[in-house]
Amino acid sequence: MNGAQDLGGMMGFGPVTPEPEELRFHAEWEKRALAITLATGAMGVWNIDTMRHTRESLPPAEYLSSSYYEIWTKALANQLLADGLVSREELRDGQAEAPARPVPRVLHAGEVARTLAAGTQYARPAEAPAAFAVGAAVRTRVFHPAHHTRLPRYARGKQGVVEAVRGVFVFPDTNAHRQGEHPQWLYTVRFTGPELWGEGADPSLSVSIDAWESYLEAA
Amino acid sequence: MHASDDGPHGHHHEHDHSELSDTALRVRALESVLVEKGYVEPDALDAIIETYETRIGPRNGARVVAKAWADPAFRDGLRRDATAAIASLGFGGRQGEHMVAVENTPEEHNLVVCTLCSCYPWPVLGLPPVWYKSAAYRSRAVIDPRGVLADFGVTLPEGTRLRVWDSTAEIRYLVLPMRPAGTEGWSEEALADLVTRDSMIGTGLARAPGGVAA
Repeated sequence: MNGAQDLGGMMGFGPVTPEPEELRFHAEWEKRALAITLATGAMGVWNIDTMRHTRESLPPAEYLSSSYYEIWTKALANQLLADGLVSREELRDGQAEAPARPVPRVLHAGEVARTLAAGTQYARPAEAPAAFAVGAAVRTRVFHPAHHTRLPRYARGKQGVVEAVRGVFVFPDTNAHRQGEHPQWLYTVRFTGPELWGEGADPSLSVSIDAWESYLEAA
Repeated sequence: MHASDDGPHGHHHEHDHSELSDTALRVRALESVLVEKGYVEPDALDAIIETYETRIGPRNGARVVAKAWADPAFRDGLRRDATAAIASLGFGGRQGEHMVAVENTPEEHNLVVCTLCSCYPWPVLGLPPVWYKSAAYRSRAVIDPRGVLADFGVTLPEGTRLRVWDSTAEIRYLVLPMRPAGTEGWSEEALADLVTRDSMIGTGLARAPGGVAA
């Protein structure tokens, strides 16, 4: 969706402010936001793409005026509401009013290290050959779906070169909406600065995205 | 310094200050409900925080880079299959399941961004810094990366090409910065001290032996 998350190429946000790498959190609540986001994710009610879509579905003005942990917590509340796991009244009062709904899994403390170390595999076995090889000229499709997609606007309708064939990966555009994984070949596609940004663009710049096969056509 | 979420002496305007407190209260309410309903366990929450405060951070990545500088066979393995090479040092898992290492050269400098959200290689770099997730970085890294580098005080030599990797899928990128001159024969431990987090994202360079950026 063309939401506020799709920031590549926008202007006016000001300079980037570096910070020391020892700084892990800026407030205690950020730690709690991290922990509840990861622990609820481990319930297995939604997947990573579902949650990304819920975050980018925040109204643009709200998205752009929220810190990233605020985006996380607002989206988490919306996801919990959408899945019927909590009610608005419960979120307002900080107290449970109805019994919990069954969830596939609850993360126990003893499982945290193993769960984080295992991660989640998104690669899937190939069931068909890749349509494009390294070096192939491709053009990204032009579309503006209302649903989740990982093809940023700045890279739509652009010609590039396949630089790597990464394997077959879960397709976020369907997975986000619980319509199945529909794995596809994934490619790293490189574009020149002038192809993306036109007149006056830096010719010594190139930018790549990772693009699923259905985002691409032969050029 | 940043203000604490509910301390009385923050540097923020009243408006910002009360918003931060609202957020802290909202997160507290959310956590209370989740715990009370049994969806999350308090001990598990503490274990997650402890992991990312003390065990998983950019010193992991610094060890990977230092080993790549010191050990050509490891470097080749890292370039060929970064996930496996990084796993051989004991790092891997959440948000680092599918790793790719990209190597800076005198001809080309690499910079990593996630314009669409905050994708970042957690097992080697830890949690992303605020600026990595900011609109300022995500918007400009792909259209004006030299301007972004200038914000970090980095100017590349004239003629160096700039290569930006937008992490739009589940591949996570680690930049292998150039090894500073004058470090021949250094131990991996000493080399790792020269590797900054920002140098592994591409917004910085490795430190020179004297302590300044190379």
